Amino acid sequence: MSAPARPESIAALDRLLEALRTRGVVTDEELAARQASTDSASPETGARMVARAWLDPEYRALLLRDGKAAAEAMGVSMAGAPPLGVLEDTPARHHLVVCTLCSCYPRAVLGYPPHWYKSFAYRARAVREPRAVLAEWGTALPDSVDVRVVDSTADYRWMVLPLRPAGTEGWSEDQLTSIVSRDALVGAALPQAPQGAVGG
Amino acid sequence: MSEPDRTPATHDMGGAQRFRCTPVERDEEPPDEFGRRVDALRQLLAQKKLMTVDELRRGIESIPEDEYLALTYYERWLRSITTLMLEKGVVSPEELR
Repeated sequence: MSAPARPESIAALDRLLEALRTRGVVTDEELAARQASTDSASPETGARMVARAWLDPEYRALLLRDGKAAAEAMGVSMAGAPPLGVLEDTPARHHLVVCTLCSCYPRAVLGYPPHWYKSFAYRARAVREPRAVLAEWGTALPDSVDVRVVDSTADYRWMVLPLRPAGTEGWSEDQLTSIVSRDALVGAALPQAPQGAVGG
Repeated sequence: MSEPDRTPATHDMGGAQRFRCTPVERDEEPPDEFGRRVDALRQLLAQKKLMTVDELRRGIESIPEDEYLALTYYERWLRSITTLMLEKGVVSPEELR
């Protein structure tokens, strides 16, 4: 649902904000600061967590044991956030994350959820026909790979630790981070080593 | 006793048949200014202990189905936040007219 907000909705927001300002509940400065800090969260954080886990077995163990602690180890504040579970893909199992009830998503490490994640079609279909959804997006999983779909909730968020692609041996953390897309962090895509890539 | 109604609530969309064969739209635009303002407001009100995520959900999940399906994502949030602020007397209906 990425249609623009109706003018009457924008007006309703303005009226609510005006009432809250008049009552001294919120200030424009507080709102602007909150918005700026939310805008600054980016899936690059999650991508870096994955890259580090690929390189550092101890960090990998931490990530799988306690995602929040692993995020905090990257300097991300997770105060007040629900637990973060990390789903480890294997050659035999692929994970896909959805929030069937709404849009729960580990925003501190992935940023705003994209429109498709919040869409009715994704929420409905990801649990019934995950392979079809993935195939429509260009990821055809062989039948030999199980697909496990996990529902994110208000009380427990999930992200995926995908498989490190072949052809990335010797890569640095920055290089590895660059191939972990936002979508790969919830299992909607797979990290791909560029064709003909040479390790650095 | 009558049989319990086993029809899932509107928001309980996992597996909902009505969206089968509906392509998932891949719109990569970040939330617009309206959405980002609503989002920031929700966080701020939570920080000030004036509402919780569970209350936000209850407000969203009480929206009648036809409106739930017609409103955009952040319009549903705004509807819920407004309802909560009125219920709690943080703002009055007169102020929102």
